Amino acid sequence: MTRTVTDVICPFCGTLCDDLEVVVSDDGKDLLEVYNACAIGAEKFLHSQAKDRITRPRMRQEDGSWKEISYDEAIEYTARMLTEAKKPLMYGWSSTNCEAQAVGSEIGEAVGAVMDNTATVCHGTSLIAVQDIGIPSCTLGEIKNRADRILFWGCNPAHAHPRHMSRYSIFPRGFFTGKGHAGRKMIVVDPRPTDTASLADIHLQIEQGHDYELLDALRVAFKGEQLPDVVAGIPKEKIYEVADMLKSGRFAIIFFGMGVTQSLGKNHNIDEAIAVTRDLNEYTKAAIMPMRGHYNVTGSGQVWGWLFGFPYAVDLSRGFARYNPGETTSNDLLRRDEVDAVFVLGSDPGAHFPFSSVKKIYNRPSVVIDPHETPTTEVCKVHVPVAFVGVEVGGCAYRMDNVPIETRKVVEPPEGMMTDEEFLKRVLGRVKEIQGV
Amino acid sequence: MAEYLIKNGFVFDPVQGIKGDAVDVAIKDGKIVETTALSSPKVIDATGKTVMAGGVDIHAHVAGPKVNIGRNFRPEDKLFTYKPKNGIERMQGGFSVPTTIRTGYNYARMGYTTVMEAAMPPLYARHTHEEMRDTPILDQGAYPVFGNNWFVLEYLKNHEIENTAAYIAWLLRVTKGYAVKVVNPGGTEAWGWGLNCENVHDPVPYFDITPAQIIKGLIEANEYLGLPHSMHMHANNLGNPGNYTTTLDSFKLSEGIKPKSKFGRDQVLHHTHVQFHSYGGDSWGNMESKAKEIMDYVNSHDNITIDIGQVTLDETTTMTADGPFEHHLTELNHLKWANADVELETAAGVVPYLYSPNIKVCAIQWCIGLELALLAKDPMRVFITTDHPNAGLFIRYPRIMKWLMSTEAREQQFDAFKHKDKVIDATNLAGIDRELGLYEIAQMTRTGTAKSLGLSHLYGGLAPGLEADVAVYDFNPNKPYVPDDIEKAFLNAEHVFKAGVQVVKDHEIASNGNKRTLWVNAKVNENPQVMRDVKEKFLRYYTVNLNNYEVAGHYLPNPYVIEVDATE
Repeated sequence: MTRTVTDVICPFCGTLCDDLEVVVSDDGKDLLEVYNACAIGAEKFLHSQAKDRITRPRMRQEDGSWKEISYDEAIEYTARMLTEAKKPLMYGWSSTNCEAQAVGSEIGEAVGAVMDNTATVCHGTSLIAVQDIGIPSCTLGEIKNRADRILFWGCNPAHAHPRHMSRYSIFPRGFFTGKGHAGRKMIVVDPRPTDTASLADIHLQIEQGHDYELLDALRVAFKGEQLPDVVAGIPKEKIYEVADMLKSGRFAIIFFGMGVTQSLGKNHNIDEAIAVTRDLNEYTKAAIMPMRGHYNVTGSGQVWGWLFGFPYAVDLSRGFARYNPGETTSNDLLRRDEVDAVFVLGSDPGAHFPFSSVKKIYNRPSVVIDPHETPTTEVCKVHVPVAFVGVEVGGCAYRMDNVPIETRKVVEPPEGMMTDEEFLKRVLGRVKEIQGV
Repeated sequence: MAEYLIKNGFVFDPVQGIKGDAVDVAIKDGKIVETTALSSPKVIDATGKTVMAGGVDIHAHVAGPKVNIGRNFRPEDKLFTYKPKNGIERMQGGFSVPTTIRTGYNYARMGYTTVMEAAMPPLYARHTHEEMRDTPILDQGAYPVFGNNWFVLEYLKNHEIENTAAYIAWLLRVTKGYAVKVVNPGGTEAWGWGLNCENVHDPVPYFDITPAQIIKGLIEANEYLGLPHSMHMHANNLGNPGNYTTTLDSFKLSEGIKPKSKFGRDQVLHHTHVQFHSYGGDSWGNMESKAKEIMDYVNSHDNITIDIGQVTLDETTTMTADGPFEHHLTELNHLKWANADVELETAAGVVPYLYSPNIKVCAIQWCIGLELALLAKDPMRVFITTDHPNAGLFIRYPRIMKWLMSTEAREQQFDAFKHKDKVIDATNLAGIDRELGLYEIAQMTRTGTAKSLGLSHLYGGLAPGLEADVAVYDFNPNKPYVPDDIEKAFLNAEHVFKAGVQVVKDHEIASNGNKRTLWVNAKVNENPQVMRDVKEKFLRYYTVNLNNYEVAGHYLPNPYVIEVDATE
């Protein structure tokens, strides 16, 4: 016999779909099927069932091979490493729950760590822009129920957030949007002819790296002022057309991704995109939202917000919190040799950081907490496998619009396996013992 | 638990009518007891000091999504404000929007032990509870917002009080909320289209209902349920010259409605931060105080309580569910603007603001708040707040006490205004020589707020049986003092007890306490229509499934549930 768990939350991307159905064996030990999820989300659930999954901590030996160790030994190593380091980096925090993030923050506070999350190579620039100019935004339900002008800038939800368009932005029929996609105009700004762009009413195939100019041109066009014949590779007629389309809507929304946050201009691009949104509010209603990647990167920014006052790049090494992106961000710290130990949880810097940073991780005492084997586990000294959050343990996660949803446990983790939160609580306890407080 | 005897302090306790007499206060098992009930107490000598019950804040924005937007989008608010961790104290940062840790500690240092979060968007209830969980020491509750909720708009359009009440009971239960909050009724829904409702008769787009119908209906539904607190309102047209007529129109909607609550309150409407709603004139140039007109009404209608929303002349971070107002504000001061509309429920905006003594309007606002308190005939119905952090910071409460207790302090501030004469012309304050005493301050900060909240069985006094929330201030009211002594003493209590635990000792944080979260569980008769409507709305319009909406118990590690039975 099997049973079906409904209203399951998908712990993959910032879309945080909460309508999955998962079929599990009657004893709750095996996960058999996943419904309603996208291909990536379904794979995340099914992957937890891999028979060759690592289930015990392991430590790297002199010869490069792994030796299995106990959780107690892993806790001891981690606590020693963090307390002995002058300035450890505690990075990741985006693929775990807020409960673990809160315990991790307390450890960071106790040992004087630098806390940084994946925004550092993703939407950190957006967070800086918000500190410059603010952000008029809304929940995804507002888009579903009201929005009739949808602009995707430098993002490709068809692949990166596969159910975004069907659940929230393009296709759903909401309260004031009974015609679904037929009542909406969709604009995509992307140098690439993506699958998202293929659905658009207008695709502005912008010259790569010229986002700031085009955003600025839109602000000029809103005011009906003169433009050069071509801006960022787009003829001015097209820009006026898009400006009029946005202004004539009842509710416009701009979604943006790493195509603008991590290309030339970085936070200045986002400043300008937000300024476009502010300007649009003079004519109609408009909002803007970053397409956050990991399912709970938003949550780590929230937890640090209420505990420390900053959303990422939080340096606790002086006993109080400092925030100075460029100085207290992970890659800058690693490449300048300013951190002497690395702790990774809920992310894969081995895959996403520049090679020069990854080499630094390899050369330092390091621990990675991750249910998977990843490029990061390959460069760390100790690997601690844990239960999958959202599959084998619940906990709070924040959607890209900051809406908190409690993820569900659907199956038992492999026997004897710890969760992020349990492991961190043990480390915190041990840190306090070592420090004698 | 340890027993304490606080000996020989000057006690100000409106519950027992003690007006500064030297009385002993006994603490045992977390409660105030008769002194004879103690066996071997720790004795605290309070000779020459002031003793009051723990403060109860009826309205502050200290936890939740918009508060955290304020923290995260203002790194400058942390500049020069950080305090390193020290012993049991965790690190604390932020000025106008402090971290949760600092919020708990700073209130405790002022002798405040209960604080109500004034606006909780239901969809973000989990976030609000996570922040309250991480706020040490204080007992807290949160008010979910109802004034722009689609269920409420649809039910009240047809005056369906029973259905509205059933929905309120359901939402309080699933969000673990405390009271019915209303912010810019109808106007915030209109903001979904970039519009607003500017008076109580301005219809809400599409929903075909007026703010007046929403206000009256929610007061009636609140009394139908008999909740501990009354309906708690931020009316339409906040912050605009000439808005006092809208405020009076809103007040009048409560006329003829009697409280039906077993929790000892006498009001059916609490209007918050009335300072922002008491403006005359028709432009910023001729804006003037209408505090007298407002207080004439409040003084003669005992089914209303208010809090003042005092401007403290600081740099701060405004934040409110009044979305259109924050947009209006960013157009005025051109500072950064965050907005967060919430599907089917509400919205919020956040804008930094500088209340400068060099700006005439800010100085007039300062006068209006103090006028409201000084013109109050019944201090049990008019409370000190700053609408933290909107008009000012909660750490300025002691400064407000100073202004209210001393004409000298007020004159000093008048002299510091750039446009002193124009400010005096536009206000009444310079002609008011009333000086409040500590007994009235206790009413405005503890006893009155506890009563208005329906919590006088727990807080607000020092009578045996109440919670042992006690503050000892290093202030001798019988000796000569300068005004600044008041602020200094009440900003930094010498000893504070929360539910019998000493949380401040010799002016230092001594314990992280045992914080509780208060929420109201109202039982109503089964209402299949409302439950069907809830299912339908979640299926069709929400982006979160109904089964993922409720805030589970573990977000409130130490809940205090107040049961209400409205089934009869």
